[in-house]
Amino acid sequence: MSAVSPFQETTDKPLDAEALKRDFPILQQPMSGKPLAFLDSAASAQTPERVIEAEARVYREYYANIHRGVYKLSQQATQAYEGVRAKVRDLINAPDEREIVYVRGTTEAINLVAHSFVRPRLQAGDEILITEMEHHSNIVPWQVLAEETGAHLVVVPIDDNGEIDPADFSARISERTKFASVVHVSNVLGTINPVEDLTRRAHERGVPILVDGAQAVPHRPVDVQAIGCDFYCFSAHKVYGPSGIGALWGRYELLADMPPYQSGGDMIRYVTLAKTEYAKPPQRFEAGTPNIAGVIAMGEGIDYLREVGPAAVARHEQALLAYANERLSQIEGLRIIGNAENKAGVISFVIDGAHPHDMGTIMDQEGVAIRAGHHCAQPVMDHFGLAATARASFGLYNTEADVDALVRGIDKVKELFG
Amino acid sequence: MSDVSDLYQEVILDHNKQPRNKRDVEPHSHEADGYNPLCGDKVTIQVRVQDGVIDDVAFKGDGCAISTASASIMTESLRGLTLEQARDFFHRFHHLVTTDDVQPDSDMGKVAVLAGVRDYPMRVKCATLAWHTLEAALEGQEEISTE
Ligand SMILES: Cc1ncc(COP(=O)(O)O)c(C=O)c1O
Repeated sequence: MSAVSPFQETTDKPLDAEALKRDFPILQQPMSGKPLAFLDSAASAQTPERVIEAEARVYREYYANIHRGVYKLSQQATQAYEGVRAKVRDLINAPDEREIVYVRGTTEAINLVAHSFVRPRLQAGDEILITEMEHHSNIVPWQVLAEETGAHLVVVPIDDNGEIDPADFSARISERTKFASVVHVSNVLGTINPVEDLTRRAHERGVPILVDGAQAVPHRPVDVQAIGCDFYCFSAHKVYGPSGIGALWGRYELLADMPPYQSGGDMIRYVTLAKTEYAKPPQRFEAGTPNIAGVIAMGEGIDYLREVGPAAVARHEQALLAYANERLSQIEGLRIIGNAENKAGVISFVIDGAHPHDMGTIMDQEGVAIRAGHHCAQPVMDHFGLAATARASFGLYNTEADVDALVRGIDKVKELFG
Repeated sequence: MSDVSDLYQEVILDHNKQPRNKRDVEPHSHEADGYNPLCGDKVTIQVRVQDGVIDDVAFKGDGCAISTASASIMTESLRGLTLEQARDFFHRFHHLVTTDDVQPDSDMGKVAVLAGVRDYPMRVKCATLAWHTLEAALEGQEEISTE
């Protein structure tokens, strides 16, 4: 399809969010009788018509199982399915499409790496390094692994702005550190971590590193070669694609050395009842009939994002963030959680006397969809001594009018609870 | 859907701001912790039962306005009831907050203001957390979760 790399985005023309919003049928519906201000794209982004259509078209026009039939439908489905690897490759500037493994999402990608890459290298007393701002999906798989092997989890703490200190990251790497796994952009604090620097620091000590890109890929240009990391992953449902599908990128030489994650059909080269020879990556990690239409629709979401332009999206969301910061900081009794210098379009906040859960309900009545809760990052909540926050997060379709609706919702909250 | 002020009635806002019986019960005969993993709400209920009657009941914890007000109103409503009566009260309360068009019984008092949550299915667990926790305390379980 389109051959533009995000790194060749030449125009610095601002995107027209109002027009883009019209690409999303769900955003045309009123909510509680008001225009919907959807401010929860960090949880899951909405889906444009062309992605919905791309997925429907698979079933309508060329659905068949892949890698099997010699008939035309199967060939067409296989080609479309396999073709998405190059789209993912270009989106994150990976060197080789054979390094793109389809997974159910970020969670499965991390579990895959934990199981197939880290576990065989791990002995009792070894260490895995993460940060305090990780999503549960980048904590729990490591805890389980540590529990099973007698390894330890070492955690780089965040400061009260929601940042980690790279020197502290280095200081926590020991002789026993076997792996590091860090989030690119925090889903609660919005912090953009200096992942190039962290990768360099890990590699200086011979430690391989995974970067969780769930909140980065939808919002900014990502270049895994510039980052230099060993694994990178994201979920399509945050990239204007369907739920339950995503991608893991890993260096080919690492993938080639890894045992399968699950076993069954489609991941083998040769099977006798005595022995199985595994397929090469990426097929080795894709046992069973996959989410064929989901992969194809993920590709369409990626095309959509690349046509809008990740750099343009980043600029747009930065401008919205600045606008929201300005408006919210004028509200008495409101405190923003996460004030990193380098921050993406995610704002967590609390209001004196009003619980985030109540805010969520009241805002919903105003047509404003925000997230309230711990955002699957309870250690972050613990750091700030909170049980929950309210969170507004942006996508390419959000406008200043959505932020204005948020502020009206907050006014309503304060009317009731002030 | 109804107006949000039907949910957040004065009585609820008042009990949220100034919860009643938010304290320990010393000595107590029963205790349990309740947790709503969805929103992180936590509540501890302590009860003193004497001669089959709830002599004192109080709560501690942090939660949203609905769960705080519900816990506060519950502690006011159940004192002096037999265990049998308390259980029956809980079941009628549960029915009230989960079933459309059910009218509160005349003895339910302030509890009636919580009926509004039935229009907000995501919030029913907030309203019932303290009650489930009390039931668990009386049955000798120490910890419950709404999931
Ligand atoms: C930073 C981060 N990591 C991981 C995940 C998990 O993604 P998924 O649920 O799609 O596997 C999320 C999703 O909320 C996230 O925000």
